[in-house]
Amino acid sequence: MKSLEELKALRDKMQGSVTLRNESEAGTRVVVGMATCGIASGARPVLTTLSNAVAEKKIEDVAVTQTGCIGLCQYEPIVEVFQPGKEKVTYVKMTPEKALEVVDKHLIGGNVITEYTIGAIMKN
Amino acid sequence: MYRSHVLVCGGTGCTSSGSQQIIEAFEKEIKANDLENEVAVVRTGCHGLCALGPIVLVYPEGSFYSMVKAEDVPEIVSEHLLKGRVVTRLLYDETVQEADVIPLAETGFYKKQKRVALRNCGVINPENIDEYIAVDGYQALGKVLTEMTPEQVIDTILASGLRGRGGAGFPTGQKWKLARTLVPDADQKYVCCNADEGDPGAFMDRSVLEGDPHVVLEAMAIAGYAIGANQGYIYVRAEYPIAIERLRIAIGQAREYGLLGKDIFGTGFDFDIDLRFGAGAFVCGEETALMTSIEGNRGEPRPRPPFPAVKGLFAKPTVLNNVETYANVPRIILNGPEWFAAMGTEKSKGTKVFALGGKIKNTGLVEVPMGTTLREVVEDIGGGIPNGKKFKAAQTGGPSGGCIPAEHFDVPIDYDNLIAIGSMMGSGGLIVMDEDNCMVDIAKFFLEFTVDESCGKCTPCRIGTKRMYEMLDSITKGKATLEDLDKLEELCYYIKANSLCGLGQTAPNPVLSTLRYFRDEYVAHVVDKKCPAGVCKDLLSFTIDKEKCIGCGMCARQCPASAISKTDYTAPGKKLPAMAIDPAKCVKCGACMSTCKFGAISKQ
Repeated sequence: MKSLEELKALRDKMQGSVTLRNESEAGTRVVVGMATCGIASGARPVLTTLSNAVAEKKIEDVAVTQTGCIGLCQYEPIVEVFQPGKEKVTYVKMTPEKALEVVDKHLIGGNVITEYTIGAIMKN
Repeated sequence: MYRSHVLVCGGTGCTSSGSQQIIEAFEKEIKANDLENEVAVVRTGCHGLCALGPIVLVYPEGSFYSMVKAEDVPEIVSEHLLKGRVVTRLLYDETVQEADVIPLAETGFYKKQKRVALRNCGVINPENIDEYIAVDGYQALGKVLTEMTPEQVIDTILASGLRGRGGAGFPTGQKWKLARTLVPDADQKYVCCNADEGDPGAFMDRSVLEGDPHVVLEAMAIAGYAIGANQGYIYVRAEYPIAIERLRIAIGQAREYGLLGKDIFGTGFDFDIDLRFGAGAFVCGEETALMTSIEGNRGEPRPRPPFPAVKGLFAKPTVLNNVETYANVPRIILNGPEWFAAMGTEKSKGTKVFALGGKIKNTGLVEVPMGTTLREVVEDIGGGIPNGKKFKAAQTGGPSGGCIPAEHFDVPIDYDNLIAIGSMMGSGGLIVMDEDNCMVDIAKFFLEFTVDESCGKCTPCRIGTKRMYEMLDSITKGKATLEDLDKLEELCYYIKANSLCGLGQTAPNPVLSTLRYFRDEYVAHVVDKKCPAGVCKDLLSFTIDKEKCIGCGMCARQCPASAISKTDYTAPGKKLPAMAIDPAKCVKCGACMSTCKFGAISKQ
């Protein structure tokens, strides 16, 4: 390492790997249902896609975590997005592709993808 | 990219309670569940709550598992990591309130803490320089080398009000300024780090070295730039194997990255650091003795002046700071001196790390802003005294410090207040004592330590501390008179005034402060021949209440000295004759008393 710029570049590259350990309660929480039902219907690739995307796109103040069964097993994999001051958004029957869309449109763009939410699915 | 991090404490406390086996179990289970690409296992430094070790933290949830056993690991992996169900039964009970899990930072132990020196301990992997860099590591060094002059660095440290955390509290910026300016034509200067933490019960510096070794390296390089030195030495106790190993790794990684060595950041500044090991002599924590030891000589102090800033290591101008002092430096450079000076009291800025020990629930490491009261540290953070006992005194400053009695429970802790009430900040050991501790015995304990550790170079310390110890010994045996107390006090002042180095000058402090606040206990030993706390064996007698004794003989079977035998007396309503203790044979171990189920044995 011969310059301060190199150090800063390394810091920026590594920062994503430790921000996970911040205990900020204020930010957005993305919670993936990872009980037996969720795992069986493919929650794990959804979870890894979400956490990779959040880290790669350097979205600040977003924590991707997991939770147990919330009782809607037929709609798994379920992803819930909690944002302070806003109502909880529940996405159902998720796939890695849909998860990426949620990252881009909802977490970055701020627009809820209504057609993937539980309200939209239950109406049909 | 890992979606979850399992942080296992690898400090000395948790390592000795088995965290290595836990790490291995996690690695095995995570592999068995096919999670090795999703979950990272990281060995960190100390989290501070050593009493509850081994400690495991799981992020992003921030679940704080305490007293984890290797058998618990499969459950954590299959429930928490695989299915996302936190294993509530293993959580630190303070984080579980009415079935709700609260963040660790909200628990009593962490709420009032402010972690500056310990900010990375328990957060990053100390054996991975990349993680240190990720939390702004070496940015302060970069800033100093590319944007600041050495004078500006010194002015920044001066303005922050940082004072030496080793105990005496000398302003750090002042020290650096003297080392830079007093000998303008010096051909060589040195930066040393005092990691010879010798106070009984103190482990702040060890935890910083184990949890965040790079912060010390970075700060030493900054000090080197400020005073014009290109070589540093860390003098660390050989009894700290984990700290030494992590320092070795850290120095190797920093050299590999070019953060130590020649031409750092292409600025032409050279700086390197070597380790020197102490063999565990307490006196080597004294600055001149420490430097004599680094030079390869017997660790004995030398008279000051000349001070190290003029004639230090190898007779060259030297700056010597303590580990915790260094741990504050990079943050001051990055956040500015105002940020640091905003914490603490008028003359003591920033935070201080304390090692809590003794009769306290949360044994461990805490960092609080200067000016926090002893009551907050002991009751709110430390969780109070176990078994409903009453607080009697807190000992700070180890063998150089004194005891703070309950009447000063609300004094804000800073350098000057502690001196005013007859103790001192010291390096940060804080031992809590309850009503079962005898203050004379405590003073004797510390004197026994200084007698052992006196290097023998000067007479007041070598012979004076020995005589003091003998006087204290005779007091605890009930053989002293009131005149002896006056003599003892006189000797204290004599040793303080005449000893060569800090060891002797402060050795009488434990005696003086206990004489000042607990003179009645000394008088009880001398006049009444009693130890009010029931500690000093020679003044104790164990007796069996013959009316309560049912004659079961359990006590006699426990007695190691065969001092208990049957009597002819049988109490009304009892079937067997009562037992009695022969005072001539009794060794006062107390085994009989703890065995008796009927409360028939008492000591006084």
